[in-house]
Amino acid sequence: MSSKKLGKRSGVFSKSENIAFHLIMLPFMLFFLLFNILPVLSSIVLSFFDYDMVSSPIFTGLENYARMFTGDDTFMKVLGNTLRFSIIAGPGSFILAFLLAWMINEFSRTVRVILTFIFYAPALVGNAYFIWQIFFSGDSLGYLNNFLISFGFITEPINWFQNTSYNMTILLIIQLWMSMGVSFLANIAGLQNVSSEMYEAGAIDGIRTRWHELWYITLPSMKTILLFGAVMQIQSVFSVSSLMTTLVGYPSVNNSVDTLVSYISDIGTARYEMGYASALSVLLFLLVLAFRYGIGALLNLIGKSDS
Amino acid sequence: MRTKKPQYRRYTRSTMGNVAYFSILFLAGAFTILPLIYCIITSFKPLDELLIFPPQFFVKRPTLSNYLELPNLLGKMQVPVLRYFFNSIFIAIAGTSLHIIAASMAAFTFSKSRIKGRNIYFTIVQVMLLYNSVTLSVPQYLIFTKLHMIDTYWVYILPAIPSAVGCFLMKQFMDASVPDTLMEAARIDGAGVVRMYAKIIMPILKPAWMTILLLSFQSMWTIIPNGTIFSEQLKALPQVMSTIATGGIARSGSAMAVTVLLMIPPIVVFLFTQGNVMETMSTSGIKE
Repeated sequence: MSSKKLGKRSGVFSKSENIAFHLIMLPFMLFFLLFNILPVLSSIVLSFFDYDMVSSPIFTGLENYARMFTGDDTFMKVLGNTLRFSIIAGPGSFILAFLLAWMINEFSRTVRVILTFIFYAPALVGNAYFIWQIFFSGDSLGYLNNFLISFGFITEPINWFQNTSYNMTILLIIQLWMSMGVSFLANIAGLQNVSSEMYEAGAIDGIRTRWHELWYITLPSMKTILLFGAVMQIQSVFSVSSLMTTLVGYPSVNNSVDTLVSYISDIGTARYEMGYASALSVLLFLLVLAFRYGIGALLNLIGKSDS
Repeated sequence: MRTKKPQYRRYTRSTMGNVAYFSILFLAGAFTILPLIYCIITSFKPLDELLIFPPQFFVKRPTLSNYLELPNLLGKMQVPVLRYFFNSIFIAIAGTSLHIIAASMAAFTFSKSRIKGRNIYFTIVQVMLLYNSVTLSVPQYLIFTKLHMIDTYWVYILPAIPSAVGCFLMKQFMDASVPDTLMEAARIDGAGVVRMYAKIIMPILKPAWMTILLLSFQSMWTIIPNGTIFSEQLKALPQVMSTIATGGIARSGSAMAVTVLLMIPPIVVFLFTQGNVMETMSTSGIKE
């Protein structure tokens, strides 16, 4: 805590100052309660009810949770998709975001800014994934099809986004393409701030290769920023939905690429099964939390020596 | 904040190492930027060049027709195209500015006050970094319904105000860059909490709010609401864009033109805020 000097006792600030501090926090906290906390709490409560938004909720105990795992094949599929997508795109983008930041760290400021922009651009411009539509268009005019046909690899155009053997891979590539976002920027900034004395001290202590330096000095100094980056990547991979619903449509063939978030909004805002949608949301919240603390534990292993 | 890098190269790389290093950078850079450049170039292609196969990377006879056609194309929709532009700009500015004000005020209390519970509040904010308005959209939908806000501008703007990431970054930045001695000096001069916030904290916090300006603007600019907006006159550009972009190859010129128009504002905001963003991000670590 940087503010220790002000004293630990609350008596340091006067009563009126403390009231002012409460008031100044109030607008944010009210909206935070209404749109962040209340949604989580109401999901937990409603997950034990049957609620169609017209008649009043009926308590059904754990029925919604039982339904997920016993009577809902679609859920099993979308859960599998979400996990598969997150386990590949999450760590993939996290590692790439560090690796690229680390690689551009040794350039001069101007070059670094240009390279930062180049890697960050797809995340910056947001919905530009529409561009990939014409590359992977399903008719013979789509660029990839056209290319493959003219070189004789295939004779019939492949409907990339509807073909269950390819669509997930393509979406993963597109996700990776636009995933050098906030965590990438945080890594660049963090690397710039690792003090050069640390590196010099390391060199004296017998660090001889850049890999040792990376593991024993750079990464440990970056731990808190890496955790922030991990949190941001988890948030973004688990909320992926419009990428699929826009490029592939909902539902996709065989539910091959539908994500948990798309499924929840279908159950909730289209079919009005709010109880079940809430139970699914609770599962999503828990899944995200589990990943967050799992990765937190993994990051704690950084800088530890094997021997 | 920008500490000097050591001037000497501490470790040298083998030739193979150098080849690998520059190849990875080059390939990664080409992968991220070429689709965007191609998009920009394609938006200037006349129809016959769009239909050439195999597609050419460069344009031979650049034209503005894809851009000039947009009003006609969008004119077939129920509301004039300017309405979508207005909506996008309006919600981005309203959401972003309200968020910056609310988040910075709360961050001030979290960082500098001694009130009870501030650490618990901030821990909760940190946990909520994991969830965004997409993950929370269905339970938020229920709340919008209860408040009779479905199909109004509120569904865009209100959930943006308490975004956790903005408040988090502000608080971390404040911890690192506002010394307590400064606060004490201001108190001795008789400054109240509100004056400290407005006259002392906000100016020092410029890098942080510029960063949040970028992040918040970007997310508001690309927002696609989930089942909460039905009226055509309340829709924003990203929703309209999906209608055009899925129109096939003959419309790809216009699709690219809209995409380019949508790219410009976030890029401009980034160019203005870039230095501040780096300064803020260096304090973004999560301590456990």
